Amino acid sequence: MKTIDRTGTASVTLPSDTEILITREFDAPAELVFDVWTTPEHVRNWWGWESDPMTVCEIDLRVGGTWRFVSVNEGFGEVDFYGEYKEIDRPHRLVSSEIFAPYPDSPALNTMTLEERDGVTTMTLLVQYETQEARDATIASGMESGLQHSLDRIDAILAGEQGRAS
Amino acid sequence: MARAATTTDAFNAVAEPRRREILDVLADGERTVNEIVEMVGLSQPLVSRHLRILRQVGLVRSRAMGRNRFYRLDATALQPIHAWVTEYERHWNERLDRLDSYLDDLQREETQ
Repeated sequence: MKTIDRTGTASVTLPSDTEILITREFDAPAELVFDVWTTPEHVRNWWGWESDPMTVCEIDLRVGGTWRFVSVNEGFGEVDFYGEYKEIDRPHRLVSSEIFAPYPDSPALNTMTLEERDGVTTMTLLVQYETQEARDATIASGMESGLQHSLDRIDAILAGEQGRAS
Repeated sequence: MARAATTTDAFNAVAEPRRREILDVLADGERTVNEIVEMVGLSQPLVSRHLRILRQVGLVRSRAMGRNRFYRLDATALQPIHAWVTEYERHWNERLDRLDSYLDDLQREETQ
């Protein structure tokens, strides 16, 4: 049952030079969140934008199995992600590699964890790149912003500055 | 993708771990060179060189008081980096909001 509007509550932090951490809570059991994350019929309903139809959504959910999500964006053309499942511990943990097709030499390792408490499931999605350059290049490419580098303690520094300013 | 020179671009300037350490020190308040030297454990010439680069990209400002020069963080130059994180966050928020409302739909169907 939904009680709280959680729209826009996902947070992004940069725990280190090579990592991105995304955190979000859902009012649903971990089992259901895991299913919706790992079943093509479900993924098609939330992965892409309504304006960007998914042309490929393949999931072979076993260790060594592969996944591939392709959607078509008017501006960018084909947005093609693929990878391999490394570790599956339903419904708590899923580790997979991820390659963004234009950057085959910059794979990421994604670790998705789910923790359910009192009907609320907290999802963490840790994206780890091999180098800082790989992280920044891959992400900047999808952002149009062209920004290359980030700061691991950016949030702490900015929060500190804003705290002082106010 | 084009990459700016280290000394003209805040992103490249903060890519250096020692410079980030210096920024972290300055995030807690104004410091003299000697204080920074003590806190980060680098030689004074090296700290001065890093401070010069950080000043060139506008991340650090300084002011003289008596015989001392105080350095402080100017976070406005960090705004582009902040904007980058914000944009990435917006992107994931849209996706996870869709996941959220889809989960909501599924659970409502189940209870009907």
